[in-house]
Amino acid sequence: MLLQLIFTTEPASAGVAAEPRTLAELEEGRQAVIEALEAPPDLARRLMELGFVPGSSVITVRRAPGGDPRVFRIDGSEIALRLETAALIRLRPSGGA
Amino acid sequence: MAECPAQPRSAETAPPPRRPPVRRHRTVAIVGPPNSGKSTLFNRLTGVRQKVANYPGVTVEQRVGRLRQAHDQEVDLIDLPGVYSLEPRSEDEQVAHDVLKGRMPGVRRPDAVILILDSTNLARHLLLAAPVLSLGLPTLVVLNMADALRDRGGEVDTAALARQLGAPVVLVSAARGEGLEPVLEFLTGELGVPRPVELPVIQDVPKCREWAVRIGARAGYRPPAPPVWTHRLDAVFLHPVAGPLVFAAVVVAVFQTIFSGARPLMEGVEVLIERSGAWVAAALPESPFRDLLVEGVWGGVGSVVVFLPQILLLFLFIGILEDSGYLARAAVIADRTMARVGLQGKSFIPLLSAYACAVPAIMATRTIENKRDRIATILIAPFMTCSARLPVYTLIIAAFIPERPLIGNLLGTRAAAMLGLYVLGFLAAVMTARLLKSSILKSERTPFLLELPPYRWPTLRSLGLRLYDRAWLFLRRAGTVILTAAIVLWVLAHLPLVDGAAPPIEASVAGTIGRLIEPVIEPLGFNWKIGIGLVTSLAAREVIVGTLGTIYGIEGDENSMGLREALQQDLTPAGAVALLIFFAFAMQCISTLAVVRRETGGWRWPLAQFAYMGALAYAGAFVAYRLVSAWTA
Repeated sequence: MLLQLIFTTEPASAGVAAEPRTLAELEEGRQAVIEALEAPPDLARRLMELGFVPGSSVITVRRAPGGDPRVFRIDGSEIALRLETAALIRLRPSGGA
Repeated sequence: MAECPAQPRSAETAPPPRRPPVRRHRTVAIVGPPNSGKSTLFNRLTGVRQKVANYPGVTVEQRVGRLRQAHDQEVDLIDLPGVYSLEPRSEDEQVAHDVLKGRMPGVRRPDAVILILDSTNLARHLLLAAPVLSLGLPTLVVLNMADALRDRGGEVDTAALARQLGAPVVLVSAARGEGLEPVLEFLTGELGVPRPVELPVIQDVPKCREWAVRIGARAGYRPPAPPVWTHRLDAVFLHPVAGPLVFAAVVVAVFQTIFSGARPLMEGVEVLIERSGAWVAAALPESPFRDLLVEGVWGGVGSVVVFLPQILLLFLFIGILEDSGYLARAAVIADRTMARVGLQGKSFIPLLSAYACAVPAIMATRTIENKRDRIATILIAPFMTCSARLPVYTLIIAAFIPERPLIGNLLGTRAAAMLGLYVLGFLAAVMTARLLKSSILKSERTPFLLELPPYRWPTLRSLGLRLYDRAWLFLRRAGTVILTAAIVLWVLAHLPLVDGAAPPIEASVAGTIGRLIEPVIEPLGFNWKIGIGLVTSLAAREVIVGTLGTIYGIEGDENSMGLREALQQDLTPAGAVALLIFFAFAMQCISTLAVVRRETGGWRWPLAQFAYMGALAYAGAFVAYRLVSAWTA
């Protein structure tokens, strides 16, 4: 199991300079502001309780071995989410950056 | 501290003549988000005077403890499960909601609430204040982790926050025991209903958040700097390559220590038991009662009690991993693997705690929201090598595997064999999960959301409390289940009387039962004595050690052999391997079956689980016996 974990290659990252549209695309160490949650109501509520509220800023802190799940810092705490969940969190366009 | 009782009381001086008189018995619930230090505060306030029970109808643990310094008043504290909100969605939230609203059957509505929040994470944790304050119960807001807030340069004005919330607010460090006096005063003092300046609509999370941020700002809240050490440690523990390696290294170190580090302590206990047994044998006149005491109680119970140091060491390690915050990282590392077998990282935490015991692990599955994932986790949890298997493994490995260094002094053959058995249990669990999740328990992938708390030093106090709990539980089991089994077995091994004397053990009732099942287990390389052990170990796995202790105790002549030497005469190496495999797979634990029945609401799952694990154990042992026999022939 561990070997599998170590040697699994990370999924190829999306376009190089493209602006991240969802939290799943936000590169390590980068910060962005949450625009909206596109998750089913129950999941959206749980995410909001953990701090993923529209308007909050979020940083991708690190990737777990294998690239998934990822750890995000929001509101002073660190939360691990799978990419598939992070992809439901839409980011605000940075407007000119 | 706006509404704290006016005069702080001390025990010696004025016994307070209050009007209206305070109720002599009071129930106070502690509620807070996960990782707020709720249980630390609870332990701090109640010490070892706690009772763990289950709420009727649900599987959530109910922890109730009595306050220590309660003066003239009895205060019972209820430790509610950690929740982010009071919306009843998961079972945990349902319980917190029902208890606080007084809708939990058999539980009186609390007279007051302690709301504990992490002061280093106040903006988010204040979210829970809205629904709790709107309950209208007297509430004390405890901001925990004052030490971390201070060290990392954060601050909060408790008086201002108290004005905003309309309830007393105190800043404490539950782990260090700082600032707890006002909490005790609140618990025993006069209670007032909270009068918050404003409360948001609770259903609207974004509004609640705005409220929380506003309240925090008015209370001069400055969040602390991110924990530097947590960042540094995570850079290693969650590193793509180093992370899993560190995880593996930790596991290997734990095993080596459990196996060789516990040795001197265990030998000490062994000597103690032997000496006291010899002393009892010498002090009492010869009688059946003396034989029962020496062979049944000392031989049976004593041979299990020897393993206490080893089990405590295992729990010490699990306690350190849990209290330090590492377990959450392990869950993140494991999520990908768990996803592959159809489960999620959250299933990993109950599975890890199943290494201690499957019963609390199965209860811990309540954090898994998806019902099918939860049942799958419950069904595979007993495959994880619980501490009751440890005595069996240790005994057989010590009897059959010579100790040689494998990787220098880091890992010996015995510890490696033990590690192999742990891995075997894990693989059986993973394969079973895959089987279940691709067939009868198929479901959508469920989201994995997990908060990673900052690392903290485990406190000696909390580790000590865990070990105390565990030692007591172990000794109580030795004094009840194992003692009863030993006595019943001893009696059965001495009946029927032939000419007023006990028959040879083969001809006794116990021997007859053993011989009756011998044909079934012979293909696995077990004789009738092991057979008796297999029957008694249906109650609990470690009972087989006591049973063999009793049997050999009865058989033994004056210079009786040790349990290990006796086993070597009764088992071939192939049979020993088969026995290890059998114990790795079989479901020999009445407590686990009972908790699975309660969790899944019927006999269907526990019976299926018992049959499946039994079949796997038999097949596995059979194959192992054949293979090793062929190899050694």
